[in-house]
Amino acid sequence: MSSFGEIISVSGSLVKANGLTSAKMNDIVEVGDLKLIGEIIRLESDICYIQVYEETSGLHLHEPVMTKEIPLSVELGPGLIGSIFDGIQRPLTEIGKKFGGFIPRGVKLPALDRHKKWHFVPKVKVNDKVKPGDILGEIKESEVIVHKLMTPYKVNGRIKSIGEGDFLIDDNFALIESNGKEIPIKGYQTWPVRIPRPYLNKLPVDTPLITGQRVIDTFFPISKGGKACIPGGFGTGKTMTLQTIAKWSDATIIVYIGCGERGNEMSDILSEFPKLEDPRTGKILMNRTIIIANTSNMPVSAREASIYTGITIAEYYRDQGFDVALIADSTSRWAEALREISGRLEEIPAEEGYPPYLASRLADFYERSGKVETLGGFNGSVTIMGAVSPPGSDFSEPVTQYTIKLVKTLWELDRDLAYSRHYPAINWINSFSKDYDFLVDWFSTNISEDHAEYRQKALELLIKDNNLQQLIKIIGEEGLPEQERLIVFISNIIKEGFLRQNALDPIERYTILEKQFMMLKTIIDFYDKATNLMTKFHITLDEIIDLPIIEEIKRMKYIPNEKYKDIKKISDKMEEEFKNLL
Amino acid sequence: MKESIVVHGIEKIIGPLLFLSHTEHVGYDELVVIETPDGTTKNGKVLEVNKDYTIVEVFENTSRLSLKGTNVKFLGSSYKLGVSTEMLGRIFSGSGKPRDNIPPPIVEEYFDINGSPINPVKREYPKDFIQTGISAIDCLFSIVRGQKLPIFSGFGLPHNKIVGQIINQATIRDSEEMVIIFGAMGVSQDEVYFFKKVFEESGVYQRVVMFLNLANDPPMERLLTPRIALTLAEYLAFKEGMHVLVLLSDMSSYAEALREVSSSKGEIPSRKGYPGYLYTDFASIYERAGRIKGVKGSITQIPILSMPNDDITHPIPDLTGYITEGQIVLDRELHNKGIYPPIKVLDSLSRLMKDGIGEGKTREDHPDLSSQLYASYSKSKSIEELALIIGQQELSKLDQTYLEFGNKFINRFIKQDWKEDRPIEKTLDLAWEILSTLPKSELNRINEKIIDKYYMFL
Ligand SMILES: Nc1ncnc2c1ncn2[C@@H]1O[C@H](COP(=O)(O)OP(=O)(O)OP(=O)(O)O)[C@@H](O)[C@H]1O
Ligand SMILES: [Mg+2]
Repeated sequence: MSSFGEIISVSGSLVKANGLTSAKMNDIVEVGDLKLIGEIIRLESDICYIQVYEETSGLHLHEPVMTKEIPLSVELGPGLIGSIFDGIQRPLTEIGKKFGGFIPRGVKLPALDRHKKWHFVPKVKVNDKVKPGDILGEIKESEVIVHKLMTPYKVNGRIKSIGEGDFLIDDNFALIESNGKEIPIKGYQTWPVRIPRPYLNKLPVDTPLITGQRVIDTFFPISKGGKACIPGGFGTGKTMTLQTIAKWSDATIIVYIGCGERGNEMSDILSEFPKLEDPRTGKILMNRTIIIANTSNMPVSAREASIYTGITIAEYYRDQGFDVALIADSTSRWAEALREISGRLEEIPAEEGYPPYLASRLADFYERSGKVETLGGFNGSVTIMGAVSPPGSDFSEPVTQYTIKLVKTLWELDRDLAYSRHYPAINWINSFSKDYDFLVDWFSTNISEDHAEYRQKALELLIKDNNLQQLIKIIGEEGLPEQERLIVFISNIIKEGFLRQNALDPIERYTILEKQFMMLKTIIDFYDKATNLMTKFHITLDEIIDLPIIEEIKRMKYIPNEKYKDIKKISDKMEEEFKNLL
Repeated sequence: MKESIVVHGIEKIIGPLLFLSHTEHVGYDELVVIETPDGTTKNGKVLEVNKDYTIVEVFENTSRLSLKGTNVKFLGSSYKLGVSTEMLGRIFSGSGKPRDNIPPPIVEEYFDINGSPINPVKREYPKDFIQTGISAIDCLFSIVRGQKLPIFSGFGLPHNKIVGQIINQATIRDSEEMVIIFGAMGVSQDEVYFFKKVFEESGVYQRVVMFLNLANDPPMERLLTPRIALTLAEYLAFKEGMHVLVLLSDMSSYAEALREVSSSKGEIPSRKGYPGYLYTDFASIYERAGRIKGVKGSITQIPILSMPNDDITHPIPDLTGYITEGQIVLDRELHNKGIYPPIKVLDSLSRLMKDGIGEGKTREDHPDLSSQLYASYSKSKSIEELALIIGQQELSKLDQTYLEFGNKFINRFIKQDWKEDRPIEKTLDLAWEILSTLPKSELNRINEKIIDKYYMFL
């Protein structure tokens, strides 16, 4: 068996080599004199097909190839939080320090800092029995995250030694005696990215991931452990929405994957997050964020890997009992990377050149979301939210179609809304949340018993309004009966005063659920009262439209979160004005 | 440097691709020179090397190349451009050879034309406002230094005039000097004359470098032109600390050349015959804009492309829009009505303006004002459509006011003479004047304090 071979073909990121008799699928290889990093993606008699994660320019036939005989893996341990990595977990900050503005080829730097000391506090004692996923001790990783050092997979035994102290991650934090062998436990473990990390059970979802975005939380919520996609043409607001969620959602940890998108968007996050405070903890947002950046001009094959690198890190924190939100912008770029590699392998394509396994790869990825009981017996969750970028804004293309079928929550971005600067441009007719049914209890207990009822009423109004809008295009609004004009009028208030939310406004950018509900209730109550007056007391719509309270209702959204109870005053004033009409 | 290898004879020629049976010591992506019996030379690069073949992509035309008697020389490294500040004021071909009958400039350094990706950690977020003096752009789609903002145009639309006006008028608030690199792909001689004239009249000629691949030049050379232009731009910006404005025209011709190579290779095409990697290929060009931390210079890109049949969903504008930081879309309807610049407001966007405008940068009212102006115009457009159906007299009084606003907006705000240079304050004041056509209560996107300060009672 030989772990060495030589290059027999180079075409873009695909290199073929022969002679590697010990080659295994998905193992890592070093390619050429520059030792570029690659992964074995196909084996055919003596020939190894290698996807190279770096620019292959200048490679020659006969240059050496060596397999490392380990699969593509990530390092999991303290130091991940606050870091930014490329698609195969190379530390971009360190690379920047060493090499300056541009990323050179053949860089080899460990993902986690080998020189940083971490303070470790054991949670088990000598002689305690431990099994995989059990917590051995804690490390304060950032101001808000207490990292749990877990017993690695497949390790069962008794603690031989363990103690409090300051360690480098390469040090032995503990020794576990297992089947007569002593297993040293380091500060980190490695995990092959393409294999989901194990857990005990999947649990039903029951808690919303609160995003502070009204259209999402109230109408199309996602659960902790849920899966959502946000498809939309260019400039419709995918990135803005996802970044807003990364900022304000109540996940404990955020893994943000910039997959084949813009470099400046990464630098935007990197410059903003260290300045913004989490509204719940008051601590800066970078303390809970991990970034994977494989921008559009970085190697395509590493873009394909970036999704797996990100999800594996997310699962690792889930296993410690955290609620993790994974954001992938954009999964379409990942699918395109798949297509490109598949094309180079000369596989027979299915629709639009995508490989036939596109749907199953997408499913495998979204399947890694979920709320679980971990091996150690905790509850943890990974919520996946992925952007989809349909070519030509054509939602019938394969990536959009397959993804919509897989997810439980859809935030469909609407070009017309975006073009009229109605942000977030989430279409309220086509979007859905299958999670809401599982969250009704939560909303009923934590927000209001009538949450579902008000939500339903509002959605129905919006659907009616949508139909009326078609009619208006033909006969004009004046041609509608008064009752229907009221629906159009109220729907406009819902759209302007509730659904539209400016992510750039310091008050508007985040709305607490209590305020969201009060706002919605006030609008719907207004509608009910107005209907009542118009049908029973012959008050005209024009009289209602002239009520001064309407201006205040439209501006409710600018009431700061902490003063949300002031909305009650608006609703009292509304009662008053209605009474005066009689 | 490794000695170069010379191979005699070619196995087969397909489109712009040469297949050679020699493969020893050939490097992937290596530059080659093809020598024909009559002494002319062509350039190319290695597109694939395997046990049986080396595939070479020729940047020029392969017409009249023969299998026998042609020598192919492998130069041992990928395409490197020799750069220097002496290149300012000069004209080169689309592959970087002097085109102005002056000896080549002395080279200070060589750089691989493919560049390297900028480390996202090292990017400085662009936020310095560039004043173009064009109201529509400055107020609604502000450009910042380091941005990539394309113009989506169409046959016969005045994109060159707009770019010319930007070159004439562009100032940066702290007014440091700019250099301009013009990468032309498949443009006509007339367009080149137009730009030369603009450069001369605005007195910037000595700060301009032109790389020209004209309509009758070899199409394959176009694949090099933007990369060469950007390699020089990176040198001037990040080594010499200059503020570089890169104009790339026309990216559609570039994409067509790419399509030709792809189909010659027998690759499975994606939409409209363009290769599946068009997005990535475009990104390898457009992402070479920006700023780097701790470095003074910047690269701002204005690529120009034509939308086939004015279709914004065509892969070329579509994939561009997915990469660039906004787009300025031109409108045939406005153009036919004689409105210059015919900017299609509702389709246009600048994503980086949020950090480049407002208090201390342009003026405190700018962010709200531009968002309001846009929203109100959008509303006036839908009322216009309605009026077409039900008749203008059926409209409510408010709706009529919107129509009046819409008219003023196009005819007084968007419309502007191409020699008219409006400072930002003037643009913003004009915007208020027009917005004040609408009653105060309609201005729901503007902070009340700002309304009180700027709203004009007419
Ligand atoms: N919630 C929002 N609030 C305010 N502005 C928004 C919002 N969403 C989007 N925008 C505006 O729209 C622009 C484009 O949004 P964004 O970059 O998120 O689009 P995208 O869908 O990610 O596009 P692409 O596919 O090209 O990356 C932003 O720069 C911003 O100006
Ligand atoms: Mg985006």
